[in-house]
Amino acid sequence: MSSAVLPGSATPKARQITTNPRTSDKVFRGVVTSFGFSALVLLTLIGIFLAVRGFQTFSTEGFHFVTGFKWDVSTDEAGKITYDMGIGAMLVGTVLVSTVALIVGVPLSVSVALFLTFYAPARIKTLLVSVVDLMASFPSVLFGLWGFFVLMPMATYWAKLIYKYLHWIPIFSAPQPYFERSPFIAGLVLAIMIIPIVTSVSREVFAQTPLDRVQAAYALGATKWGMIRAVVLPFGSSGVVGGAMLGLGRAFGETVAVYTILNLVFRPNWHVLFGAGGNIASLIILKWGEATGLETKALLAAGFILFLMTLVVNMAANFIVSRTLKSGK
Amino acid sequence: MSTTEVKPLRPWAITPKQMIPSALIFSGSFFITLLVLAFTPLKGKLAFVVFFFLFSSLANTIYSVRKRGRKALGETVAASLIFGGSLIVFLPVFSILFTTVRKGVAGLHLTLFSQSMANASFLDPVGKGGLLHALIGTLYLILIAMIISVPMGIMTALYLTEIKGPGSRFIQFIVQAMSGVPSVVAGLFIFSAIILTTPIKASALAGAFALAILMIPTVTRTSQEVLLLVPSDLREAGLAMGATQWRTVATIVVPAARNGLITATILGVARIAGETAPLIFTLGGADKINLNPFKDYNSALPFYVWKGLSLGTPESIARAWSGILVLIVLVLSLFIAARTLGTQKMKK
Amino acid sequence: MSTDSSSAASSASNGAASKSLADVSANRASHRTPGNNPIGSGLEARGVHAWFSKHHALSNVSLDFAAGTVTALIGPSGCGKSTFIRTLNRMHEFIPGAAMAGEVLLDGKDVYADGIDVTKIRLQIGMVFQKPNPFPSMTIGENVLSGLKLAQIKAENKDDLLEECLVRSGLWNEVKDRLDAHAGGLSGGQQQRLCIARALAVKPKVLLMDEPCSALDPGSTLRIEDTIVELAKSITIVIVTHNMQQAARVSDYTAFFLSDGGPGQMIEVGPTNEIFSRPSDQRTENYVSGRFG
Repeated sequence: MSSAVLPGSATPKARQITTNPRTSDKVFRGVVTSFGFSALVLLTLIGIFLAVRGFQTFSTEGFHFVTGFKWDVSTDEAGKITYDMGIGAMLVGTVLVSTVALIVGVPLSVSVALFLTFYAPARIKTLLVSVVDLMASFPSVLFGLWGFFVLMPMATYWAKLIYKYLHWIPIFSAPQPYFERSPFIAGLVLAIMIIPIVTSVSREVFAQTPLDRVQAAYALGATKWGMIRAVVLPFGSSGVVGGAMLGLGRAFGETVAVYTILNLVFRPNWHVLFGAGGNIASLIILKWGEATGLETKALLAAGFILFLMTLVVNMAANFIVSRTLKSGK
Repeated sequence: MSTTEVKPLRPWAITPKQMIPSALIFSGSFFITLLVLAFTPLKGKLAFVVFFFLFSSLANTIYSVRKRGRKALGETVAASLIFGGSLIVFLPVFSILFTTVRKGVAGLHLTLFSQSMANASFLDPVGKGGLLHALIGTLYLILIAMIISVPMGIMTALYLTEIKGPGSRFIQFIVQAMSGVPSVVAGLFIFSAIILTTPIKASALAGAFALAILMIPTVTRTSQEVLLLVPSDLREAGLAMGATQWRTVATIVVPAARNGLITATILGVARIAGETAPLIFTLGGADKINLNPFKDYNSALPFYVWKGLSLGTPESIARAWSGILVLIVLVLSLFIAARTLGTQKMKK
Repeated sequence: MSTDSSSAASSASNGAASKSLADVSANRASHRTPGNNPIGSGLEARGVHAWFSKHHALSNVSLDFAAGTVTALIGPSGCGKSTFIRTLNRMHEFIPGAAMAGEVLLDGKDVYADGIDVTKIRLQIGMVFQKPNPFPSMTIGENVLSGLKLAQIKAENKDDLLEECLVRSGLWNEVKDRLDAHAGGLSGGQQQRLCIARALAVKPKVLLMDEPCSALDPGSTLRIEDTIVELAKSITIVIVTHNMQQAARVSDYTAFFLSDGGPGQMIEVGPTNEIFSRPSDQRTENYVSGRFG
């Protein structure tokens, strides 16, 4: 600052430090850098290929592709094929199933994360952390099998109970008393599937709670729960939101387990207990076997929309989580 | 010094005497739950867990409030909720493992590992045919996916930790975004980019491409974590001796992180071993052994399970359960291997 | 009771640099004798040891803090002063593997006794930490009253309590118009005084201060010292400090801690001016005269 006042004694510019790396290093850096950008290239290619292949669908169906509820491919007598394709019902279903998964899964994940971080004795903690990680590596087809044969009989009974006592709440009503293969049950299975990721993010964030604030709360005579409410939850809440969004991304894209459980129906259904629902990823594998021509392209277009949805949710989630983790350091 | 006689104590630890009330509460709730289940129409294991939890938390809350006053109320209720929530989460895990073993063992038979489904149908009684073709297919898939994604993952991690180029924060972000790509999208992408576009058709190779997309982010993120654990003075020591960065990384950094990089690979394999959705578009799904991974339809364990599940007869579902048992054993052993390597690393 | 001790202290603190430590402390504490001061509560440590896992960090410290006095704990880094102060309000046990031995008596009752509610102990023995640590999600006012919420204590008149605590911590005039502002906007010294106000709101009998000024600039340090002297009229204070000038300025008694490679020990304790003018132990003299540490 003072040098600006004195004429002729300007601060010297920082010297530009240059090196001339050896050839081996140039090659090394070049190779590693190009690999580094491969993830970007892949991600871009995924978007481009799905968008280009699905382009015909977007151009013929237009906005109707997102808002339409029908998925019909019919051949008339002259042999002309007409298409009426919309993923609206599937979008509604995806949102409904994922919402159930979040409402059930996030509070459970937070309680596990709190239990592991603040309540569990060290040995039990190590064991249970492994169990949560193991849960994350269960194949989704296993969740489908288990959900269908073990959870569904129980969950159908719960659904009946909820219907019996709460059917006056619109979302718990049902046009017919058919409660199997409902968005509710699919959402429960999805909740179990997203718990590992939401739990591990929450746990990471809770563990970053600044120790001095924790101690300040305890030194004021706080109980453990008082400390958690005053310090941990205010600090970690945005990280939990980020974790929940990562879980939401998983829930959007989950295919096999949802397909096994959900009764796919091409009409929008908001009745969460009623056995009719939709899910974009399930639509894709449901129709894949028989699809030809334009229908295949429509499925690729649906894949593109699913890709965009998960990408946006994931990026936002990662942004929130990394910001929270940084604020604790 | 005379201090040797003084023993370290932990007056804050719970003494056996303090545990007596808790033991009474829990055993009391246990018997009340038994009584409730015996004399009311409520039955079943789940009902037992639910009522046991309700009674014991209620008793615990009343006890703490009487002992420590009203301020213990919130504390105990919160602890009960947190504990109950954790219980709800861990119950399904044990139910899943238990069911898999029970139903899977029922479907085990002599030819399961020695035959394919070439001469048998999923609808045949369980004793016929086997999943050898699926096992071979899965091994091919894992091997090829590893060959593609391990170098890519580790190189990307090296870029993020060693070069730290101008784009590394952005790349970090992209890798995170990539780990959220749904598996069904990866399958669709390989279908449209490879199967529709190039001479490569549905095969183990195409399936492995799709799996590699899912594996790269896992390998990258885990490798990055272990590379960051390599102390930077090791790197500086190498550079200060006049070694090139390439020599330093190749002879010092990577060997120091070797176990961790192997762990990263194993975790990546565990991530993809059970994937079904991408294979539906890329693998074809064969019922006989195909030893050529580059041509013609192949099979995989999750695909075998999927096929058994979608056919929906009791025989095919029994096959699905035994297939999932084999798959879970595979995933579990990978998981344990990764854990053991990981803890070894830490002990050093 | 004499009230001019505080003014003596602040005038002393201004000229401290030129005077010897003994002079400073002589000015400070001449009128105060423990026992004649029926305020606050006595705290007594008897044969306290502390361990971190296998590491024996503190050995056999017995120290009596008379009601209404300020006791400074001095000594080089790693001599166990902070560990000791944390055994007093049972904050030591949060460190995994921690263990202790001995007794800590608050008004004659062992705070480590079987069946004691530890949160009640911490309500009676407040603590101020090295780094100011207000709760960032709360406003200034909420911060001061946060202890009431945490311990679920009902206050009759919260506004009065809020004002009283902020006045006692010397922060009232600076923040009275922005009690609803977030605490993060305060300067470091103000934040530390906010933390003192927060500790006072639950009406503790003893206040422990673990190097409360080490993260602050000299100006803020002097303000905190004034606050301490003011508070000493109504509460028992134990302060850990690296700064011998500070010990001389604010304390009635000084205890010197030292570790000779083994566990930390208390070498000697006495009225502050004696410790600084004629310590009985050679090691104390070496330390206070600046020959090491």
